[in-house]
Amino acid sequence: MMDSVIPPGLFLIICAPILALASQSALRRPLMLIIPLMALGLVWMVPDGPVITASFMGFELIPLRGDALSRLFGTIFTLMGFAGGLFAFKQKSTTELVAALFYMGSAVGVVMAGDLITMFIFWEMMAIGSTLVIRSANTPGAIKASMRYLKIHLLGGVILMAGLAGYLGEGNPVLFEAMSLNSVSTWLILIGFLVNVGAPPFSAWLPDAYPEASFSGSVFLSAFTTKTAVYVLIRGFPGEEVLIYFGLYMVFYGIIYALLENDMRRILAYSIINQVGFMVTGIGIGTQMALNGAASHAFAHIIYKALLLMSAGAVFYRTGKRKCTDLGGLFQSMPVTAICGTIGALAISSFPFTSGFVSKSMIAQAAADQHMAYVWYFLEAASAGVFLHAGIKFPWFVFFQKDSGMRPPDPPVSMQSAMILLATLCIVIGLFPEQLYALLPYQVDYVPYTVTHVVNMLQLLLMAGLAFFVMLPMMKRTLTISLDFDWFYRRLFPALFDLLGRIIYPIYGRVIDLFKNRLDRLISLVERYNGVDGILARTVSTNSAGALGLIVLALCLGIFYQMQ
Amino acid sequence: MIAANHYPILQVIVPLMAAPLCVIVRNNIIVRYVATLASWIALFIATQLMMRVMDDGPIRYVLGGWAAPLGIEYRIDLLNAFLLIIITIIGALVSIYGRFPVEKEIPESRVYLYYTVYLLALSGLLGMTVTGDMFNQFVYLEVAALSSYTLIAIGSSYRINRKALVASFRYLVLGTIGGTFFVIGIGLIYMATGALNLLDMAARIQELGGVADSRTLQVALAFLIVGLGLKMALFPLHLWQPEAYTQSPSSVSVFLAATATKVAVYLMMRVLFTVFGSVDLFATTMFDEALLILAVMAMFVGSLSAIWQVNLKRLLAYSSIAQIGYIILGVSIGNKMALAGSIVHMFNHALIKGALFMAVGAVFYRVGSSTLDDMRGLGKQMPLTMAAFTTAGLSLIGVPLTAGFISKWYLVTGVLQSGHWLVAILILFSSLLAIFYIWKIIEVAYFQSAPADAQPVSDPPLSMLLPMWGLTLLAVYFGIDAETTGLISQMAAEYLLGGGQ
Repeated sequence: MMDSVIPPGLFLIICAPILALASQSALRRPLMLIIPLMALGLVWMVPDGPVITASFMGFELIPLRGDALSRLFGTIFTLMGFAGGLFAFKQKSTTELVAALFYMGSAVGVVMAGDLITMFIFWEMMAIGSTLVIRSANTPGAIKASMRYLKIHLLGGVILMAGLAGYLGEGNPVLFEAMSLNSVSTWLILIGFLVNVGAPPFSAWLPDAYPEASFSGSVFLSAFTTKTAVYVLIRGFPGEEVLIYFGLYMVFYGIIYALLENDMRRILAYSIINQVGFMVTGIGIGTQMALNGAASHAFAHIIYKALLLMSAGAVFYRTGKRKCTDLGGLFQSMPVTAICGTIGALAISSFPFTSGFVSKSMIAQAAADQHMAYVWYFLEAASAGVFLHAGIKFPWFVFFQKDSGMRPPDPPVSMQSAMILLATLCIVIGLFPEQLYALLPYQVDYVPYTVTHVVNMLQLLLMAGLAFFVMLPMMKRTLTISLDFDWFYRRLFPALFDLLGRIIYPIYGRVIDLFKNRLDRLISLVERYNGVDGILARTVSTNSAGALGLIVLALCLGIFYQMQ
Repeated sequence: MIAANHYPILQVIVPLMAAPLCVIVRNNIIVRYVATLASWIALFIATQLMMRVMDDGPIRYVLGGWAAPLGIEYRIDLLNAFLLIIITIIGALVSIYGRFPVEKEIPESRVYLYYTVYLLALSGLLGMTVTGDMFNQFVYLEVAALSSYTLIAIGSSYRINRKALVASFRYLVLGTIGGTFFVIGIGLIYMATGALNLLDMAARIQELGGVADSRTLQVALAFLIVGLGLKMALFPLHLWQPEAYTQSPSSVSVFLAATATKVAVYLMMRVLFTVFGSVDLFATTMFDEALLILAVMAMFVGSLSAIWQVNLKRLLAYSSIAQIGYIILGVSIGNKMALAGSIVHMFNHALIKGALFMAVGAVFYRVGSSTLDDMRGLGKQMPLTMAAFTTAGLSLIGVPLTAGFISKWYLVTGVLQSGHWLVAILILFSSLLAIFYIWKIIEVAYFQSAPADAQPVSDPPLSMLLPMWGLTLLAVYFGIDAETTGLISQMAAEYLLGGGQ
């Protein structure tokens, strides 16, 4: 059975209440650092293959299974837990840290699960854990956002569960292996996964909820939910072509909305969708190279996105401001934050010698190898877009640009060290990608640092950078006055703009509005009938109740009279 | 042991005989011990019966030595053995839980009567479940029903809580209609078959070649279904139920909500699958579609109505209507997995609703009210009670690793196997509605602080906490150890679909 291996996910989940008990004591802070590190050790102690088996509802489950892919995600999740714990050293709300441990544990549980049911169980726990992380920011906005977030995720869970029940009911094995999209049930499973990955039409939950979390909460959030979804897609649906389209849509959705956005953390939230879009596209391509690219990009992305959110969180922690238009010039008083944020920004833009370069280029290379020309074009164009919205826009408006007059100091040492740790990781992975490649599920025969790759990337980034600064007056104007981006896009991606900016965006907005209105109207309709005084919830007179009985009797008589 | 052979009758006789004893003794304290002892003996007998059924198959017990066609036969298979367990677990725990709330909510002069009537209700429910004779079922149905009407009104008088009298009266009228319909149905079947024993009836109906040629049997079926529908509070026949659960004393709400309607569902399963087992009702009529529609409507109307309720007891009552919807949905699908889902949900829901009503009862005991506003800040003041409520609430929603998830899983699997994709989504979607009404309470209890002028309160006495947590832990335990209940309900479903032969 157990072979003295402790399941790391369960370990973290059990540690969550222990941390809650230690909330008042001096132990809380060291515990928050030690527990993820111990979990990291446990991840590496899980041998290959099924480790634990259990029997549940007549299925033979494998709650714990080790292989390269699981280990890769388990490693980055626990590592991220450590960095996040360090960053959250000053977090006053123990609730958030307890929830974060629980959330981390369930995410690790998902990626180490060997069967669909265990995966689903941890999946649902993850929804609860992440909701609590958002909720524990305890602002009115966070409370409302957490409930919206929970609803979407439980809805996704419901769809996933319907799919799983159908899939297993058809007699398929409970083992979590690649599935093919040939039945309603596998489609439902895929939709369930796509909700968490932030695919359309479920993209909105992410930028809605993450920026509402506390300064440290959004760091935890950025790491787990979407990346477990990437993991389950790699495991369950590698090479499903439809994912390419979902992925590309997400890539551009993220860019467009991030460019239109003014709230710095919301910019980063949109850019999560954009980055995950790259991974989903890679999974859709489905070759070994592409899957490696998706997995390694997830790994690298967690680090630099957490770094970016940490620098934004540090700014938020010190200034209490979130809007780009309110910030600026902070590099003078927050040099460490500014430098780390810039490193993160370079990494997300796949600048050579950063982690983003060695991971993302694999996906583009895979598209090129498969001769998927249009996919390759889109990915390259999107790389420039990433540089615009996350690589330049975020650091420029927050740390440089005009001087906002604010002179907040750098955050406490704990937060600085967390940022420095991740910034170092970004560069180390960029310089020595072999270490990361060794962790990947498939053999890597890809050399990132060739002259062509580097020059190609630098050209792309240079042009995008140039475009940004040429358009800068325009960007400022649009930021302060309105979000009218016509001119900017018409020059940069004329065709794309026409499609997205002119047609899809307004329609999309209108559909959302329509949906919201309809939903509001539906709710008030339901309340009219089911509310406390509604006809369906009112105490009806005994006479009418008896009469109803007679009506049902007549109905039944009618039904049975039909029988001949 | 000779007594062991007579367990089937002892199951009913023990509480039935304890009841008059209570009237004779009239001492509130002694009476409480008698009732508690009788309830625990009943639980012991039920587990013994369950083990025997598991080992040796169905038990036939001939009452007074009169063989089946003439005399009354008690017949216990997996399905009713399982139901006996449900009823007696709740009974045993309520008998302990009830001590303090009963003292508080029922006038002292009536406390011994409460225990008397409670024992009668218990024996009525147990009798309905063990007997294999349909007329005998009706007799016990009336025993249980009359004592339930009394239980609901027992705490009230013209001055105190007058609404309970109205609620009880409404239940009396509608319950009597239900009982009368049931006995009319039995009479019609007797007219056509000359039998009262369930298996005899089934055999005669098969000889007659089903019900297609017999208007009598068709009408009988309609009366039986509607009669039982009233008893189980199936939408739209549920109208007696919210008020009855809301106005009754706390321990009565726990007992009735967890057991009474389940027994009516059990009787309906017997009618549909045992008595009319040879007739493929679902294939030859629109009956399954009609039942399915009512079940889905029950799910949604019940859950949606619960969302806006401010009285917790009433909220849980509406939630019960939705849960009956799930159970009946499984019946209407009628394949093995769906039926197993119904059966396991009868068990799980009894645990969950029992725990929830106990928690609300504890709040009522301490705060003196069960409205949402008075729950503010209770997460801190009554931590154990609210933790039990939250845990049981998660199980009601059907979060994985709780009992509610197992029910939902079986039900959805069964529904999907029958190809009703839309219905499966509807089940899962409506289960999300539970989040709204459970969360509403958690939010108020944990995230709002108590009003400044409120009296500080604490968790209730141990005799209330222990049964509450007992049920709560069971509602989680049976989500982790899904083999026991899952296996029993699957075997019971298989047996039931095999015509119970």
